[in-house]
Amino acid sequence: MNSGNKVLTIVWKDVLTELRTKQMLGAIFVFVLLLIVIFSFGFDLRVDNVATVAPGMLWVTFAFAGTLELNRSFSAEIAEARLDSLLLAPMERSTIYFGKMLGNLIFISAIEALVLPIFSAVLNLNLIRPVLLLTIFLGAIGFAAVGTLLSAIAVNTRACEVMLPVLLFPIVLPVVVSAVKLTAGILDGLPWASLTHWLRLLIGFDVIFVVLSYMTFDYVVES
Amino acid sequence: MDRGFRAGDVLNWLSVVAMIAALYLVFLYAPTEATMGHLQRIFYFHVSSAWVGFFAFFVTLLACIAYLHSRKRDWDIVAFSSVEVGIMFTAMAVITGSIWAKPTWNAWWPWQQEPRLILVTILLLVYLAYLMLRAFLEGEEQKARFAAVYGIVAFASVPLTFWSVRWWQRLHPVVFERQGARLTLPMLATFLFCLLAFTILYFALLLHRTRLAKLTDEVEALKKALRFREGV
Repeated sequence: MNSGNKVLTIVWKDVLTELRTKQMLGAIFVFVLLLIVIFSFGFDLRVDNVATVAPGMLWVTFAFAGTLELNRSFSAEIAEARLDSLLLAPMERSTIYFGKMLGNLIFISAIEALVLPIFSAVLNLNLIRPVLLLTIFLGAIGFAAVGTLLSAIAVNTRACEVMLPVLLFPIVLPVVVSAVKLTAGILDGLPWASLTHWLRLLIGFDVIFVVLSYMTFDYVVES
Repeated sequence: MDRGFRAGDVLNWLSVVAMIAALYLVFLYAPTEATMGHLQRIFYFHVSSAWVGFFAFFVTLLACIAYLHSRKRDWDIVAFSSVEVGIMFTAMAVITGSIWAKPTWNAWWPWQQEPRLILVTILLLVYLAYLMLRAFLEGEEQKARFAAVYGIVAFASVPLTFWSVRWWQRLHPVVFERQGARLTLPMLATFLFCLLAFTILYFALLLHRTRLAKLTDEVEALKKALRFREGV
């Protein structure tokens, strides 16, 4: 097996586990629905133009849902001592990183895909536009890249559910800042030329975070 | 141990003398600024403590990389000691900055309008998270390894935040303009001396903090040995 296949094997393992148990996606979906309810009551009747608060609502939701998902990513591996067997498998540590990262990316994207139509309906705002989908996907890449690394660290701490967002949010901030700005620009209907530099920035941050996490992941799972 | 002690003594006295000299320069030697008056004198200590804060986190980055390479406990001690000292200096920069900002900008901490304030806020949050991570981990080796990884990722991320917010600002009108006043020569001399004095103080504090950590290690080792003997 070449390393590409190995990565896909790990991804498939995680996807299959989720498809059989359907634990995480279901729970996170309900959590997100509740978030939307809280948001709608929080902003109800006080905001004239929902497009002004939509970027914030979207990315807060993605950040919370993403953190829940990332927490599950390694805690499930630890709980059943699966991580040790994964580490014993004859493959590079970076293969494990990319496998877990792609799995997380798929799950986060799946959650976002479920959430977007609901947000569109609740806000009465068309959110399903190609550029916006691209932005959200790029944001998810940045989130999954650092999140996978930090989730592997946080799972070793006491109170790991609290630890992950404390570690993750300040680090992933550049991705969130550029994604929110891009989302706001798209919803405000700004000309595309004024948004491309944000897009380039977002892609640049994604590349930096993937490389950085890939380079340091070896040290996290070495024992 | 003995040599460290002497280096510590030298640094102690150096920083005492340097700080007294800095106070003299700031309050008696440096001329009063024309528009802001005496308020401007806070600038010397403010920028110096901000500089030492950044420098301390940079030292942490180097120590983290060195730790992952060599796996020596000493580097780990330097890394977290420098974070602790750095947080203190950054907090000092925040406090002096707020005292300056209130009469000048009419707000204590208008952090959303000024990229530098966002940078400092994120720095404090990231390195508080670093210390929290250490507090929630068990085992010295694990603590050091994970903290080193986080220290590296954190240091790489902070300038990116600064950069993205900078870009954001460019699209908006600049709310606060940095005062255009150039420093006169005595002011510049005072400023440079303050930088030096604060840097010496940083090294003195770092040395004491690392010494304390090493002594703590020794005490732990002795306790362990004692427990072991009692057990036998």
